Amino acid sequence: MLIQVILLVAIGWVAVVLNRSTADARHQAIRRLLLAAFIVAAAASVLFPSILSRIANVIGVGRGADLLLYGLVIAFLSFIATSFRRMSRMQSQLTALARELTLARAALVDRGVVPDVAGPDAPTPGGPAVSSDDPRDD
Amino acid sequence: MTGMSRPPVDDAWLVVPLFNEAAVVGDVVRGVLPTFPHVVCVDDGSSDGSAAVARAAGARVLEHPVNLGQGAALQTGITYALSRGARYVVTFDADGQHRVEDAADMVDLARREDVAIVFGSRFLDDRTDAGLLKRIVLKVAVWFTNQSTGLRLTDAHNGLRVMRADAARGVRLRQDRMAHASEIVLQLGRTRLPWREHPVHVLYTDYSRGKGQSLWNSVNILVDLVFR
Repeated sequence: MLIQVILLVAIGWVAVVLNRSTADARHQAIRRLLLAAFIVAAAASVLFPSILSRIANVIGVGRGADLLLYGLVIAFLSFIATSFRRMSRMQSQLTALARELTLARAALVDRGVVPDVAGPDAPTPGGPAVSSDDPRDD
Repeated sequence: MTGMSRPPVDDAWLVVPLFNEAAVVGDVVRGVLPTFPHVVCVDDGSSDGSAAVARAAGARVLEHPVNLGQGAALQTGITYALSRGARYVVTFDADGQHRVEDAADMVDLARREDVAIVFGSRFLDDRTDAGLLKRIVLKVAVWFTNQSTGLRLTDAHNGLRVMRADAARGVRLRQDRMAHASEIVLQLGRTRLPWREHPVHVLYTDYSRGKGQSLWNSVNILVDLVFR
């Protein structure tokens, strides 16, 4: 059937995309194992739709499609949680990086290596950059 | 209590997080420089030229390459002030709602009574007129901060604080956004250094009211504190 081909292609594509990210070894391994299990289960449910219905009936869910929906909800929530964590980690890395840059530049200015002027793309209030010779910066 | 007659405080650095305050930061910097000759403004990616205004007014200006949040700017400024040998680090808002006399009194208090941390509080006297709803929100914030930090403060989220260098070194803000106000209290409390509160007068001008933390922001702060 055509739908089976479409779904199998989509699942294979997801498998490739998800496997390309990098993280620390143990988490990555666990994620890949879960992914492999998911792929097998997904492919099986496409090829033998009755299996899904039978599992659903065993655990007290009416239809296979409902079971799929519940699984999807859980997968989506865990995706939100992991991407939230990943985003906060990236944010704190960005902060550390930007702070280091700012302080390194400040140290150069304080030692008189570079002049204390705004960066090239810094906005100025209606006019060219105002550079003041700060008497306290020796 | 007059700010003009006192000698300049030259062992303190004023740390001013700066984000889109070009309209007022020049006056703020000029107002504090006679009392606090060392002022560092940390421009947090302003788009209105705040950095140039502050620099022209005579402040030392550091610039974050991108906007990171007020907590991040505060931490950058504290680290910088310590690297310049500050004995006291004073955090001060850029929007003109703090009075330089209060800041100077707080440094005096820290020196006189040998305390490491002085928190400014709006609620030790009744000079500050915050409005009912804002009072309620601030009181809830105080309660929440006290629960999580173990300190007994009368005010939270007040940007005016004095930290002696040993206390300031205990601060490592990881909350980039507004939740740093609770985090800084928590970290200062953990230093176990002696602290006091000092009454301050917060000037709610139309300008600061227009820019001030909205009530929606308190929801964001709560979420930041819980999920991190």
